[in-house]
Amino acid sequence: MSNVEELQYEEELDLSTLTDDELVEQMFDDMYNGLHDELIEGTDILLERGWAADKVLNDVLVAGMAIVGADFRDGILFVPEVLSAANAMKGAMAVLRPLLAETGVESIGKIVIGTVKGDIHDIGKNLVSMMMEGAGFEVIDIGINNPVENYLEALEKHKPDILGMSALLTTTMPYMKVVIDTMKEKGIRDDYIVLVGGAPLNEEFGEAVGADGYCRDAAIAVDIAKSLVAERRGMAQAAFG
Amino acid sequence: MTDTIIGSAAKEIVIGFERPFVIIGERINPTGRKTLAAEMKEGDYSRVEADARAQIAAGAHALDVNAGIPLADEPRILAEVIQLVQSITDTPLCIDSSIVAALQAGLEVYQGKALVNSVTGEEEQLEQVMPLVKKHEAAVVAISNDETGISEDPDVRFEVAKRIVERAADFGIKACDVVVDPLVMPVGAVNSAGQQALKLIHRLRTELKVNTTCGASNISFGLPNRDGVNGAFLSMAIHSGMTSAIANPLHREVVNATLGADVLMGRDPDCARWIKRFREPPVTGEGAARGRRQSRRRRA
Repeated sequence: MSNVEELQYEEELDLSTLTDDELVEQMFDDMYNGLHDELIEGTDILLERGWAADKVLNDVLVAGMAIVGADFRDGILFVPEVLSAANAMKGAMAVLRPLLAETGVESIGKIVIGTVKGDIHDIGKNLVSMMMEGAGFEVIDIGINNPVENYLEALEKHKPDILGMSALLTTTMPYMKVVIDTMKEKGIRDDYIVLVGGAPLNEEFGEAVGADGYCRDAAIAVDIAKSLVAERRGMAQAAFG
Repeated sequence: MTDTIIGSAAKEIVIGFERPFVIIGERINPTGRKTLAAEMKEGDYSRVEADARAQIAAGAHALDVNAGIPLADEPRILAEVIQLVQSITDTPLCIDSSIVAALQAGLEVYQGKALVNSVTGEEEQLEQVMPLVKKHEAAVVAISNDETGISEDPDVRFEVAKRIVERAADFGIKACDVVVDPLVMPVGAVNSAGQQALKLIHRLRTELKVNTTCGASNISFGLPNRDGVNGAFLSMAIHSGMTSAIANPLHREVVNATLGADVLMGRDPDCARWIKRFREPPVTGEGAARGRRQSRRRRA
């Protein structure tokens, strides 16, 4: 059905007339369909009804994104659809973030992510960023062609849970080891979870450079990030619950 | 009219504006192929050999050879693979690595005029790769990005390509020996990626007058029925002026789209290549029987 037909024939749904349960279901659908404005409207309504920001985040946005992530992994949803859903989530997060900060709620996790020195490829990294954001992570993207100093500076400044590094070339991927080795020298390696990814990498390479995880694709990156952060925070149970 | 000639010791092929479209088979590449990577690392090249034969049989005009395996001796493996492939076929090769030492090792053992894949607009790269290309009198794939990244603006990428062609000339490499890769982005992630690529290909063809190649299947990353998008893209890119692609000839849509586009662009006189490729073989039964009867009559 084209957009024009939808506009003509689909009855306008007034979100405010729904019960909480119906509204949450509707928001799952809206996120799944990448409806940015509708998801923000739903978020506003729940907040007006007295929902705490972290409840909206966890019970609606993160839960909704989990449905999207599962269907992406199973080949039911495709990249453009996931990006739309992540974009809708981002809109709702913009509403929630100041409230979450006010109440001092701990976010699901924070990640500093960037492509390594000598490498200017960023589509894969951007996909990971968007999926991470969609899953509720706070993402600090430091872009492409990052020497070790950039990573250290960002770690110092943002104190993330995770450092993510990306590379698309066999020439640039060894630089991941340079970064990790420097972190070791400075005695800060174990302060962070280090995840690596990129087309030429594999599991073995991830282990060899001393990363905590190799992420084959963006959906897997989110899964690994969630479980490692949860493990770190001593609540591994929650990650699988 | 620009012709880029590449060849083995016994065979030359031409990538050119008025020539049939050239398919460079992409399969000999361990990226994302776990078994192949493990085998290549152990020096088992049986799958490489099978991939080479299958791609040639399917219609590849040249073969890309890549040995980008993490934590492996890429220069040695690449050189060994090139020697192996050249021992079983005279199809020209495209030597593919982002490691200069691997390109060098490959060029040293290669028989003929290779296509080196690739050099970018990064000055450090240019200074390392271009002298190798010149020394071995090879042709080179130029990727239209530089230190600043991959621009989404096709006009910026055009300027990068132009600078690479100019820098190539500084090293004594002719423009006809530079094949530009416009860098095809996934249209599922960047919605204008198709239009960007087509616009850039057109400018490269009409203004810079160079041959072009690309990793065509990038366009459909993250989408269902990738073959459909790949085929459509290849046809449109050929109309815009693209003259070769690094693609999988075992995929029917690649062969259909490129041979079909050759027909429509007037590069397949009397549609002879198309007919030869797709003529139904005589079926057993009626057709076969007719053949037998005719030969009996002739003998009688």
